Amino acid sequence: MKKLVIRNIDQGALMKLNKIFKNTFLVLFACLVLSACATSKKSTGQMQGDVYTGTDTVEYLASGVPDRVFFATNESVLTTASRETLRKQAAWLRKNSDITIVLEGHADERGTREYNLALGERRANAAKDYLMTYGISSNRISVLSYGKERPVDSGSNPLAWSKNRRSVSVKAN
Amino acid sequence: MRNLIILFLIFIAPTNALGLIEVDITRGNLNPLPIAVSPLSIDDESKKSFEKTLKKKDIGSEISKVIEKNLKTSGLFNPLDKNAFLQAPDIAHLKPRFEDWNLIKAQALITGKVKNVDDKLRVEFRLWDVLAGKEMMALAFTTVPNNWRRVGHIITDKVYERLTGEKGYFDTRIIYVAEEGPKTKRIKKLAIMDQDGANNKFLTLGNELVLTPRFNPTSQMVTYLSYFRNLPRVYLLDIETGIQEVVGDFPGMTFAPRFSPDGKKIIMSFAKDGNSDIYTMDLENRIVEKITNHPSIDTSPSYSPDGKFICFNSDRSGYQQIYVMKSDGSNVKRISFGNGLYGTPVWSPRGDLIAFTKLHKGKFYIGVMRTDGSGERLLTENFYQEAPSWSPNGRVLIFYRETKTDDKGEGFSAKLWSIDLTGYNERLVDTPTDASDPSWSSLLSN
Repeated sequence: MKKLVIRNIDQGALMKLNKIFKNTFLVLFACLVLSACATSKKSTGQMQGDVYTGTDTVEYLASGVPDRVFFATNESVLTTASRETLRKQAAWLRKNSDITIVLEGHADERGTREYNLALGERRANAAKDYLMTYGISSNRISVLSYGKERPVDSGSNPLAWSKNRRSVSVKAN
Repeated sequence: MRNLIILFLIFIAPTNALGLIEVDITRGNLNPLPIAVSPLSIDDESKKSFEKTLKKKDIGSEISKVIEKNLKTSGLFNPLDKNAFLQAPDIAHLKPRFEDWNLIKAQALITGKVKNVDDKLRVEFRLWDVLAGKEMMALAFTTVPNNWRRVGHIITDKVYERLTGEKGYFDTRIIYVAEEGPKTKRIKKLAIMDQDGANNKFLTLGNELVLTPRFNPTSQMVTYLSYFRNLPRVYLLDIETGIQEVVGDFPGMTFAPRFSPDGKKIIMSFAKDGNSDIYTMDLENRIVEKITNHPSIDTSPSYSPDGKFICFNSDRSGYQQIYVMKSDGSNVKRISFGNGLYGTPVWSPRGDLIAFTKLHKGKFYIGVMRTDGSGERLLTENFYQEAPSWSPNGRVLIFYRETKTDDKGEGFSAKLWSIDLTGYNERLVDTPTDASDPSWSSLLSN
């Protein structure tokens, strides 16, 4: 969503600029894009861009092994921090080879219910694929999407939504 | 249900071929037609017997209240205050004194009579054009007494059709998800009620999460998503028998189900390995067909009323947009091109429009567009609302709306709302608990 808004602003700005500064427009446009990117990537303490980076809701599968990773709005791409968390999970799963897990994928409340079910499934599978590349067999991992049905934070604000966009690894046995 | 209810329709007088008064339905509720709904008259003996069986003091008056509420809710009629009525109900039903009804500015008048005939409820009613001083319609019904509310709905449907030229939507039901408890641990049950909120009934106990129930347009079957045993799957439920069964044998989550217009297939999404595609299953021969094949999310499918096309939601362009394809999955075309994201497309029963949810700059809209994507009209804007469902005549949309919580994360609620296609007459639909995911049935009687 955020990306779209920025794009709209840019188009509006672009049209005006086209009329006024035909020659300098490219330079100005580049500046605008850069500043837009800079603001959207801004860290607000608990958020990087709109990905949650805090630890309020995080639980641990074992000491030093966080149970969840977070996503940007409408995204299922794993961040650097998410990949690090998943590598820790993979190492722990390799050590405890009898354990099976369910990856529970979630979305925030700012989307339609059916799309969010699909998005939750896509997020959980992004985590699953990463665990598999680190040697965890797919038959030890099942996936369950809750869409927007099980938020951890009942707030209606960007921080609450960032906590709710998550994939949580839950011990199944 | 339909089999249990036997309605006898008897024409007691031929109706006028030429329309006298007419309600202009294209303009919404700007000038609702003043209509007088006289309490249906009832003889003392019938009154007493129905009071015993139905626990209603004056069933004639109760039926007229059902009609009155329906007409008012439609936004097209303005039922007048009964205290201003000068003529007694029984006499008005025989021959209205039109100048009396004219005096209180009524343009149309409904009168009627209720009688106990062999322990059945016999209701006759007449619709009068006050200005022309003429009878427009007269009908009688006989049914089991417990159906008295349905009689009120059927009368409303007849009056509505006579005055607007379109079929009504009052003898219908809504299936929805009843919600309780905190936002983080919501308990959800399937529930069903009459279109006007009466006869609310819960169909599941709330032990497992249930979502998105939808009526079969041709029977009393419902399809929905249940998390029974933590396996989200599409189920079928027969409302009459309570029998449930899982739809198909898919190795993963199935969701977003709907029936085909002939009621013989279910169309839904199946998610596997992070990819959701659209499938159909034939309910007779159980044959499963894959309709879309794309690495993006394809969901929220809905058939056109002739069954030849499917509209659906996909993010193959990078963001959620609405697409239309032939029912075999060929000729996929994107139809939504406005600013923002589009979801939950539903094809109108008339075939000419697609209703949708739109998210733009942090606001949610319910809107309609033509089936080629042109003529987009947004009907209502809110913090969060989605999932429109059409009334069977394609006039009204019902959807759900959620409130923003406060700083402490409290104050969450989910409610059903309805709005006219014109964007007028937005109304809260009363439910005993919080509610979401409404689906409108077809007309129960025709």
